[in-house]
Amino acid sequence: MIWSIAWKNVWRSKLRSLVVMTAVTLGLFAGIFSSALMNGMMEQRIKAAISNEISSIQLHKPKYLENKEIQFCINNADSVVANIEKNPEVKAVSKRIKLTGMAKTARTGTGIIIYGIDPEKEKNVTAIYSKICDSTSLAEKRHITDPSVIHNYLKDSCGTYFENARSNPIVIGQKLAKKLKVRIRSKIVISLQRVDGTPTEGAFRVIGIYKTNNTMFDEINIFVRSKDLENLTGLDSTKAHEIAILLNDNEKCKEVEKTLQSAYPLLNVMTWQEIQPDLGMMTEYMNVMLYVFIIIILLALGFGIVNTMLMVVLERIKELGMLMAVGMNRSRVFKMIMLETIFLSICGAILGMIISSIVIDYVADKGIDLTKWVGGLEAIGYEAVLYPSINLTFYFGVAILVVLTGILASIYPAIKALRLNPAEAVNCYIVKLLYC
Amino acid sequence: MSIIETKKLKKIYDDSHVPVKAVDGIDITFEKGEFAAIVGPSGSGKTTFLNMLGGLDNPTEGEIIIDGINIWDMKSRKITDFRMNNIGFVFQAYNLIPVLTAKENVEFIMHLQGKSKAERHKRTRELLENVGLGDRMDSRPNKLSGGQQQRVAVARALASKPKFILADEPTANLDSKSTATLLDIMERLNEEENITFIFSTHDARVVKKARRVITLEDGVVISDEVK
Repeated sequence: MIWSIAWKNVWRSKLRSLVVMTAVTLGLFAGIFSSALMNGMMEQRIKAAISNEISSIQLHKPKYLENKEIQFCINNADSVVANIEKNPEVKAVSKRIKLTGMAKTARTGTGIIIYGIDPEKEKNVTAIYSKICDSTSLAEKRHITDPSVIHNYLKDSCGTYFENARSNPIVIGQKLAKKLKVRIRSKIVISLQRVDGTPTEGAFRVIGIYKTNNTMFDEINIFVRSKDLENLTGLDSTKAHEIAILLNDNEKCKEVEKTLQSAYPLLNVMTWQEIQPDLGMMTEYMNVMLYVFIIIILLALGFGIVNTMLMVVLERIKELGMLMAVGMNRSRVFKMIMLETIFLSICGAILGMIISSIVIDYVADKGIDLTKWVGGLEAIGYEAVLYPSINLTFYFGVAILVVLTGILASIYPAIKALRLNPAEAVNCYIVKLLYC
Repeated sequence: MSIIETKKLKKIYDDSHVPVKAVDGIDITFEKGEFAAIVGPSGSGKTTFLNMLGGLDNPTEGEIIIDGINIWDMKSRKITDFRMNNIGFVFQAYNLIPVLTAKENVEFIMHLQGKSKAERHKRTRELLENVGLGDRMDSRPNKLSGGQQQRVAVARALASKPKFILADEPTANLDSKSTATLLDIMERLNEEENITFIFSTHDARVVKKARRVITLEDGVVISDEVK
């Protein structure tokens, strides 16, 4: 019956309750939507990093990680790759020669990381092949509408991912292309160290220009065929510096890492969180931040609820006095006020969560277009179109926090009620109310 | 055996600079089945005395013995339970719970006592019919007249099967017709079911019905007249 009275009491002053509920609804909607936006942004960043840059897991020789010298290779890389491919959790594997060097043109030069890859295998692990150009925007920029013209034009302006390549093709990032002032079919000279320690140079022709949403990545990473790099450096074709693995489910990274580490104790097996600790940390940090964000909002709302409940207690002094007089003990009075506060908070919260879920679903489908700030966002590795995303667990977490807020917000008003002397409270007249 | 006995009961309010003696050494007993009115001018200590009898306010000195138990020897929680099971209250301003119907207001006390649903329903119906509100059981207080609300309050006071009922100026807010109806009901309950009623009142109509009239002045009993 206490539950029933508490629920009915919530609706005693409809307008006041609705105002508080609206505040909770709007506050939670703002909190959940902003959290979904931050979370979606982070998920997109991680997804892009895994699919374009680092893959799920990488294997290296431990010494290579300390000093990226050409000689610190994984031997019999092909057999390692074949073995790893047998793992059912593994989607694709690609071995890479990975060296640092200089890219030079007639005008300028810059430091780069050069990947020697098997383009067909690499396609299954990273999505650079799909980033060869932003066809639509480029065509729109040049006012080209005819599809056949677009195709030819794009081939000319951005190239392909090692399609119909002759000798020494190279795929570079758009940012690097701008920096080196090169375009498709331009020549780039790559300087690096041979396996015997002597310096060497090789001329490569730009066959493709890619553009990811991370301009920092585009500026330093270039891709060539592994056989061309082997010819240039004298590296044995059975060797590789890096084996990149893409998993079917990235949640199983730790599990697969353990298996691989025990299978290859002499190699260093790293998950994407370990390869890019900033991303790993961001995931952990974001999980905490989202709750901190919601807690701050609920804290602010909590004070509003405390104020309302204090008014409720003040208005009902006589009634509370009567309840205590007829035998309602302190714990029941406390329970009644606490339930009223929780009901008040929960009603607003449910509404806030429903609205958030509908809006997030809608926006997650359409995306939020921030192309106006594309330069800034891509400079730090984020996409210009954001897709908010939040999981169900977060909603449960928020629901628990709302109940906690209700409980905490009820404590002070309930204490006020418990301090009432029933004899004084039942005879508390309006004039005296302020002093009760 | 007396149902209530007070010994040298005193209540001194010490909030202001000058201590106020609201009740000043009252020794009195009430027997089972009494229909007593406590009268006196404003500030004579009627309400304070009634509050102390009901365990709502603690005395500064003295004892209140109800059925052989000194209630102020009990701990706070025990007193609350004691009130719930032994004392019925009727207040001047009815003090019904506005969000509950008449039926629910009466049932509520029995719910606190942990009575079964069937028992609650049966007794609520009996009580409300007894006070002439069998047809208004599902009405909320705001749909009832002042007299009807006070009758619900009487039914509520009786719900816990108390040893006695304390009524603080129960007719003060009622018109003469409602007062007469209420007094008739309380008198009938007293006569037929031997329920003890103790009123504090200014109302001559209540005094007329009462079989014992205790007059207070400055916290002291100045007369105790049994008719």
